[in-house]
Amino acid sequence: MFAANFEYHRAGSVAEARQLLAAHPGAKLLAGGHSLIPLLKLRLAAPEAVIDIGRIGELRGISNGGGALRIGALTTHAEIASSDAVKSGAAALAEAAGLIGDPAVRNRGTIGGNVAHADPASDLPTVLIALDATFTVNSPDGERSVSAADFFQGMMATALGEHDILTAVNVPAGGGGSAYVKFSHPASRYAVVGAAASLTVAGGTCTSASVAVGGATAVPARCASVEAALAGQALSADVIAAAAAAAGGDLGDDLLGDVFASGDYRRAVTPVYVQRALAAAAERAG
Amino acid sequence: MSSRIFGSGIRRREDPRLITGSALYTHDITLPGMAYAVMLRSSHAHARITRIDTDRAAAAPGVLAVYTGADIEGALQPVPCAWLLPDSGLKIAPYPCIARDVVHYTGDIVAVVVAEELPQAHDAVELIEADYEPLPAVTDPEQAAGADAPQLHAKDVNGDDIAGNQAFHWTVAGGDVDAAFAEAEADGVVIKERILQQRLIPNAMEPRGAVAQYNRATGELTLWNTTQNPHIVRFLCSVVTGIPEDKLRVIAPEVGGGFGSKIAVYPADFITVFCSKQLGRPVKWIETRSENYQATTHGRDHVQDVELAATKDGRITGLRCTVHAGMGAYLSTAAPGIPTILHGLMLSGCYTIPALKEDVYGVYTNGVPVEAYRGAGRPEATFMLERLIDVLAGELGMDPADVRRRNFIPKFDDGHEVITTLNYDSGDYPGALDKLLDHTGYQALRERQAAGPSNGKYLGLGLSSYVEICGLGPSQVAGAIGFQGGLWESAIVRFHPTGKVHVFIGASPHGQGEETTFAQIVASEIGVDAGDVKIFHGDTDATPMGWGTYGSRTTAVGGAALALAVRKIRDKAKVLAAHLLEASVEDMDYEDGKFFVKGSPDKSKTIQDIALMANVAWDLPEGMEAGLEASTFYDPPNFVFPYGAHLAVVEVDAATGQVDLTGYTALDDCGPQINPVIVEGQVHGGVVQGIGQALWEGAAYDDSGQLVTGSMLDYALPRADLLPPIDVISTVTRSPHHPLGVKGIGEAGTIASTAAVYNAVIDALKPLGVKRIDMPFTPERVWRAIQEAKGS
Ligand SMILES: Cc1cc2nc3c(=O)[nH]c(=O)nc-3n(C[C@H](O)[C@H](O)[C@H](O)COP(=O)(O)OP(=O)(O)OC[C@H]3O[C@@H](n4cnc5c(N)ncnc54)[C@H](O)[C@@H]3O)c2cc1C
Repeated sequence: MFAANFEYHRAGSVAEARQLLAAHPGAKLLAGGHSLIPLLKLRLAAPEAVIDIGRIGELRGISNGGGALRIGALTTHAEIASSDAVKSGAAALAEAAGLIGDPAVRNRGTIGGNVAHADPASDLPTVLIALDATFTVNSPDGERSVSAADFFQGMMATALGEHDILTAVNVPAGGGGSAYVKFSHPASRYAVVGAAASLTVAGGTCTSASVAVGGATAVPARCASVEAALAGQALSADVIAAAAAAAGGDLGDDLLGDVFASGDYRRAVTPVYVQRALAAAAERAG
Repeated sequence: MSSRIFGSGIRRREDPRLITGSALYTHDITLPGMAYAVMLRSSHAHARITRIDTDRAAAAPGVLAVYTGADIEGALQPVPCAWLLPDSGLKIAPYPCIARDVVHYTGDIVAVVVAEELPQAHDAVELIEADYEPLPAVTDPEQAAGADAPQLHAKDVNGDDIAGNQAFHWTVAGGDVDAAFAEAEADGVVIKERILQQRLIPNAMEPRGAVAQYNRATGELTLWNTTQNPHIVRFLCSVVTGIPEDKLRVIAPEVGGGFGSKIAVYPADFITVFCSKQLGRPVKWIETRSENYQATTHGRDHVQDVELAATKDGRITGLRCTVHAGMGAYLSTAAPGIPTILHGLMLSGCYTIPALKEDVYGVYTNGVPVEAYRGAGRPEATFMLERLIDVLAGELGMDPADVRRRNFIPKFDDGHEVITTLNYDSGDYPGALDKLLDHTGYQALRERQAAGPSNGKYLGLGLSSYVEICGLGPSQVAGAIGFQGGLWESAIVRFHPTGKVHVFIGASPHGQGEETTFAQIVASEIGVDAGDVKIFHGDTDATPMGWGTYGSRTTAVGGAALALAVRKIRDKAKVLAAHLLEASVEDMDYEDGKFFVKGSPDKSKTIQDIALMANVAWDLPEGMEAGLEASTFYDPPNFVFPYGAHLAVVEVDAATGQVDLTGYTALDDCGPQINPVIVEGQVHGGVVQGIGQALWEGAAYDDSGQLVTGSMLDYALPRADLLPPIDVISTVTRSPHHPLGVKGIGEAGTIASTAAVYNAVIDALKPLGVKRIDMPFTPERVWRAIQEAKGS
């Protein structure tokens, strides 16, 4: 299919993108294009203007400072998956980025586009919630920081306003271990269920646990009862299995389902993936 | 060297152009003054069109014309069905190119827009206002045959009533089935199964399309078309459009796969012709991938209720089945023959079955029309038998391999008639299975399985023994079974003065590699270099008549025609050589491209010498015509029957229902292999398509008849990283009646592999009590089957 007609503008800097946004109300930002362009071609979106931010150098790259990784919004999934800083500081994120789609998608798709699009079957939101990431947003009235818990608001809905530009994702590079385990849809490769776990361990016991599950709900669910069951425990296989068993209950009542996998099934297998993510994270946490 | 080229795995000459992007497909055809057509397709599965307003679309920028059903009235005949199944009460529903009153599936065309530029046509289609009064829809073939089902078509093309959505009712029977079942009920075993052969969407790399160029001055039409059979398109296009066959040229340029979906003739192609004729300009129409899912034919769609009667020691005594075969909204070109002739007649499989009966009901549904899809009827037959044999083995506590052995037809090399009256050509089914089991270490795998699951993963082994019918087929049989065409093939072989060869064939390969294998046939028959042979196909003006590439028939039938044509050349060349060497023909010998006087090999002429002398014609024997050219029409005396045995190995994760195919071995016997690398490629592709049906693929409709698996985001195709290496082995059994002894290999992999994978998964879950799961084996279905078995 062909997209409906639109004006195309390319921004060379965030400041220029801001001016273009002001001049073209209703315009859409274009990063890697792997979510937006399909929508345009299927005519599910028909903005009058598209502002290409894909070549703004200041929005791309990974830096490490103050115990956190700052990942520019335009950093691609492939760059994240292969970054040593991410692999050692936030293993789950590197793992998730490496499991996205296929090489073409990973080479074009960006972390900013992925989270701004907020597809419930995406991988990165789940991990970023589990890792307590924060999002740096450039708005018409200055810069603000939004926590992951506040950023994802619903299916394809985020805290970004129409004229907001996401500039960076900040991920605490903790001392613990994290992991992401995914049940990929065989056709789309998106997550049917994706489990992210992040653990810190001291003296053989778990000092903090953070677990999120995506794919099954409109916004990835934080698994409070799993986390509670782990805190203060020695991370044996049995403890992990028992804690993970509660994960299905943390998903709430509104589960996503389709011809491939019903909500009930997603709930039923969630503990398996949570358990596998926890086991891998525990191993990394040492 | 050249005589040994038969059997050599030389590289496919097609590949460089295909993989460097220099091949020209229908979409690459661009002509001066060309306009672009886009179809408006029904958004309802079943509805009455109450209003259609094209004014805004017609006024949109660049739009040249908008046509609806009213405009084609009289100009385009309904799309014909070309397989008139006899003795079946066949009722062909009217299949208009553009629906005028009622739409019958969510791809039915209701209007077409032609514009200067393609995007303009897309924009304008959105401006057509079509109002519908929705009618209830039905997409399941069994439900559609039910008493309360919505009725699609009131009358057939002859004005006769169509009742119960029934397109036909066909039966095949042999032996005393009722007695066999009575006996088995009393003192034996009877097994009942329900098998769903789900609807599949063929995914050729290249979607369908047409470029039509009508010349008003000459009244001639050239049609570039993504087809597997350009001569059939010419034939039927002439019927539908009224353009006489002599003024019609159909070109199948590079065609990027078909798998059966490019056999049929389609409304959109005829509409493109109509548009070109109306506007006096070339018109291009290329479907989008979504349109391909929505409107290019689908495959399979059977609901099968089957029963098997056997003795307590595992001998099959009877087979009885009822099949509801979904035909979709209309009967596609070859559709009635697929679930009947190509299915029911193969129900004896590799086995001696003394009595069987099958009732096949072809049923109209509000789905995309169903056609041949790789294997076409035979996978559905093989699956039925191979599944039942495994169930029987389970029932009797026997190894599935032993049940097969107990029932195999013994080795034969010149004909064996089965209960369905087919006469198989040659086969050694026990030998194939034994070799497969040996090669794969079947016993060791069984022992590993007996050790129980490891890490929650259950190991399963699945066998599938198959024989299939291909090389379609004797034309007399074609006539008897209602196929509205012949099934012979032809070849013209022309030697140029320098000894280079042009071959013109009627068959129409589209990815299978016959440009390579056919050059190998010529090279091995007459000693030229394969590189000196060029194969022409796919252009009705340049090639002799042919009936197309499907049913694994191109090498089996077209290859035979070619070999016989080359042999005619050899005979003529021998006479000319004798004349030039002043010897008598009886004293001449031939070897490796050389004709020589017996006993004095230095007194010789090469085929190149002969080609020159025949072409210049300075010194020909009395009565010999100039030139070195021959043509043959080959009508095979029988079909060919390739066979084999496959083994699938799976691991099933009981906690999630995920199936991991960990090993696959295919043993196929297609007779002598002209090019083993190409054979292997065909087996790989075929096997993977069958695996796809078992594990991933399935078209799904919702209650209103909307296709919910409408794109590659939802319809899961096999992916390389989900597949194990496929081990390909073979045995070689010549076909006794074929000039080269060869059989077909294009569909064999698909015919065998679905059942092998299915059997492996159920075998894995046997300890958990699981007996059947509907395909495709989505993790949820597998997981649910495990839960249900646990519960019961
Ligand atoms: C075949 C395929 C398979 C895929 N599989 C997966 C998968 O397995 N897992 C997964 O997580 N994802 C998957 N994706 C999605 C992929 O990760 C996309 O790259 C991603 O969702 C969008 O990133 P993008 O850079 O392409 O964004 P774009 O498509 O350019 O933009 C997406 C949206 O975000 C907005 N946007 C982009 N950047 C910004 C910004 N800096 N500030 C504000 N708004 C912005 C755009 O306006 C648009 O609305 C897949 C995509 C495809 C095509």
